[in-house]
This record gives sequence, C-alpha cells and structure tokens, in this order.
Amino acid sequence: MLYSEKVMDHFRNPRNVGEIADADGVGEVGNAKCGDIMKMYLKIEDGVIVDVKFETFGCGSAIATSSMATELIKGKKVEEALSLTNQAVVEALDGLPAHKIHCSVLAEEAVRAAIKDYYDKNGIAYEPDQFCTGDCACCHEHDHHE
Amino acid sequence: MEHAMIYADNAATTKTSAAARRAMLDAMERFWGNPSSLHSPGQQAKEALQTARDTVAKAIGAQPREIYFTSGGSEADNQAIVSAAKTGARKGKKHLITTAIEHHAVLHTMDQLSKEGFEVTLVPVDASGIVKVEDVAASIREDTALVSVMFANNEIGAIQPIAEIGAVCREKNVPFHVDAVQAVGHLPIDVSAQNIDMLSLSGHKFHGPRGAGALYVRRGAPLLTFIHGGAQEAGRRAGTENLPAILGMATALEDSCAHMEENAAHAAKLRDALIDGLSKIPHSALNGDRERRLPGNVNFCFEGIEGESLLLLLDDKGIAASSGSACTSGSLDPSHVLLAIGRPHEVAHGSLRLTLDQENTMEDVEAIIKATTEVVNYLRDMSPVWKALQRGERNYVIQ
Repeated sequence: MLYSEKVMDHFRNPRNVGEIADADGVGEVGNAKCGDIMKMYLKIEDGVIVDVKFETFGCGSAIATSSMATELIKGKKVEEALSLTNQAVVEALDGLPAHKIHCSVLAEEAVRAAIKDYYDKNGIAYEPDQFCTGDCACCHEHDHHE
Repeated sequence: MEHAMIYADNAATTKTSAAARRAMLDAMERFWGNPSSLHSPGQQAKEALQTARDTVAKAIGAQPREIYFTSGGSEADNQAIVSAAKTGARKGKKHLITTAIEHHAVLHTMDQLSKEGFEVTLVPVDASGIVKVEDVAASIREDTALVSVMFANNEIGAIQPIAEIGAVCREKNVPFHVDAVQAVGHLPIDVSAQNIDMLSLSGHKFHGPRGAGALYVRRGAPLLTFIHGGAQEAGRRAGTENLPAILGMATALEDSCAHMEENAAHAAKLRDALIDGLSKIPHSALNGDRERRLPGNVNFCFEGIEGESLLLLLDDKGIAASSGSACTSGSLDPSHVLLAIGRPHEVAHGSLRLTLDQENTMEDVEAIIKATTEVVNYLRDMSPVWKALQRGERNYVIQ
C-alpha cells in the first residue's frame, strides 16, 4: 500500500474538518497550482488552543497530515503548538512516502501561519524569524511553477 | 478486496482474458522448446511463434516478416525512435518531430536524443487534444529523420489523424512511427492504408499478458538492433523469445479484432452515458474531443478538488480509476497532456480518468456516476479552494 493504516484512517475519517467562524487565528499555506492548500482555524482562550478546524485541497496525505496536525495541537498551549514539527506529524502517522513529506511540512506551516495571525491580531510580540518568511525550501518547491 | 471492484482503468492495463491464459498455459505445456533449437521441441516452438507472428501481422495489415516481438510498447517505442534517429543521423538528418501529448516512452526517448545532439520539435495539439496535420507538415524539414505521432492518446483518448499525417510523411519521404498502444485491438488499423512505416503495440492493453509487445517495421525500412547477442527476430532483438506471453498476446489480439466492432459499440455507449452523467456535476469539464475519442475513454476535470484523494475514495467505494494529478505521478507537475490541451495546473490536478471496455456494464456506469458525484461533493466541502470559488474570491476556470 502507498500509505500506512494511520494515514488512511485520517484520510478516510479526517478529524476537525470545517471552519471556525469567529476564529482567533487563521492560516492558509500552499498553492492550488501545486495541488495542495491547507487552511487552519484556531480558537484560543487564555493561551490555550481550545478548538481547531481545517480545510484542505489536496491529496490523501495532505488531508491526513492536516487532520493529524489538528489532533496534535488541540488543547495545547500556543507555545507548544508552535513547536510542532513536520517530523512529529509524520511519526504520528506511522510514516509517509518520501515524495509526500512536503505535505507534513505544509501542515506544520499551516499551524504556524494561524498562530502568527493570532499574534498579529492580538498585538503579541514575536521574533519574525520564528515564522516562515516565504523563503524556505518548502515554499521554493511550491513556487517553481510560477 | 472484500467486494467486487468495478474496474475502470483499462487504459492502464486489462485483465488477461481466459483464452489468453489458456494459450499461455498451453505454450508452457507444449511449446517449451527453444525456437532456435533444431530438434523437434524447438521446431514446434518455432512454428507456434510463426503462427503468432502471422496473427499479429494480420491484425494491422502487415506482413509477418515486418513484425518484431518486443517486451512491450515502451521497448518498441524506444527501438523505433532511436533506430530512425541514428539512421537519419548517418545521412546528416538530426531533426525529430513528435507531439506534446505522447506517452513518456516516446517523449523521454526524444529527450535523451536531444541530449545527444538531436533537435526535437514538439507539435502542439488543439484544446480537444488533436494535432493538426498542417502543423506536422509545416514542421518537416530537409533534415527531419522521423515523425512520431500516437494513434490515440492514453489519457484523454483523442484519436489523431494518422492516415493524413502518414500521407504527408510519405510525400516528403520522412519515416513515420505510430505509438498505437492504446488503439491496437480497439480501432481498425491498416499500416498500408494509413501510411505507417513503424508501429508499436502492447499485449496487455487488449486483454493479453504484459511482457509482450511488438514493433512493426515496413519492409525495407531500416531497424537497428537494440539488444545484441542472438539471431532472434531477424537479428534485431536478441534473447530467447517469451513464447507464452507472445502466444497469449496473439490469442487476445485475434479475439479483440474479431469482436472489435461490437466491443467498441458497447464501450462507446457506456462512455457516452458516463460523460453525460459526470457532466451534471457543476464546474466539471470533459477532457479531449467528444467524438474523436477511444470507445471506452472518459476523462474529466473537477474544479476545487485534487485527483489523488478522489481516486482513493473511489477505490474505497469499489471503483478502480486513474488521475493525472501530480500526486499520483510522484512529481510536482500534473499531466503533460492536460497542460497541453490548455488546462491550468490547479484544474489539471483535479482530473479523473475512467476507461471502460466490453466487460463493463450500464450498472457500472450508474454506480460510477453516483460514487463520483458523492466523492466530488465531499471533497469540495473540505476544500478551501472550492469555498473561495463559491465566495467569489477566486474565479472559476471551468464554468
């Protein structure tokens, strides 16, 4: 099989699909041209992610990594969510095929983009280099069709 | 698989027919001798091989001595193109012509030759996926060594004006190769009437086994040896012949040609019903020409979703299909064929190919329409691209 049982489970029964109308932070990453876009919505109370939803346009692993990322950050403090790595998503899914690793990078970036939006909206200071500047390998990979 | 699958991926491969399987077992039981051996078992195998060659030749209007068995369509394409290129180069001709929608067995062979100093012209196709004869004619130069055009496209089923292109090549004295892998056994082919100098075919596309294919080369046209080391296939392809697969292929081809008209009529009826049903999904579009297409080929783009997830969910519902999305190819780019007919990347990622044949039924078509409609709606519900389209934040590519 192309994917692990875990990936197929999260693909077939994705957790936390949808949108949050009054989200405190929203992040969207990816590019339709390259075949995947992830949008992450966060509801944050007292520095804790009390709810998270996602919408994804993409392949099976894009949907599964989005789903797993929401599970990994739900109920966590924002700072903890910020330390989510794509490797953690891959491990939680019992691995991904090599050419699908970029989906897990997108999932990590989607979470970070939503947190950055939350920081920006609430005037919370942060180091700019904590966040994707659009200059990382993942973005280059996704930009090269432009 | 726990339930019966609806197999709708016949362009990828077909199920080996019972007659072909029997012919293969028979070959292993009775014709296990080496056709190159002079003893009786060898000579019996040689006779069986000759019978298969006669059958394949007859199916495309060729002479048996014009048929060279290969391991399949890709090998036949490679040998035909490299042979014509190198033969041309000896006369100072280093220009090759093909189309933008060829199979990679042709395109990648051309790429390799361009690295070796050949110049390759890729003739475009129109929005329905058909190459214009005049565009091919206008590309031909004094130093053109080969024109290679597929009979019918594997993704969108577009049938090309082969006889007309062949006539132009004949008039200008340029060798003409046709990758007919998707057409042989499904459409009438006559290499003489259609002015074809070389033609590739593959056994597993018409219910024969994989591992067997053939290259037709017009008598008198040069064919360089690819695999050295023996006198098999008139010295053009060394190696002990894969007789079981070759006999299985010949049996399947004979069957396909005998029932071609009825099979094509059946598949075309199902195809048209499927096209009508899928057209009802909003913001969907048929890829390829509605009329000039392979009898069983259906290919759609659905806006706002991605093809791999569509495929996997259809598989869960018991439907085996294919997609031209980047994710299914393992590359970043979606199908070169969909890009060549003008589909933008974001829409090409959402493509679905369903290829039917005589073994499919109208019930299959109804089930495919129902399942596809459900899955497309489900995926659109979770797609931020679809939501943005609906809110008017993006513009629909497919109206």
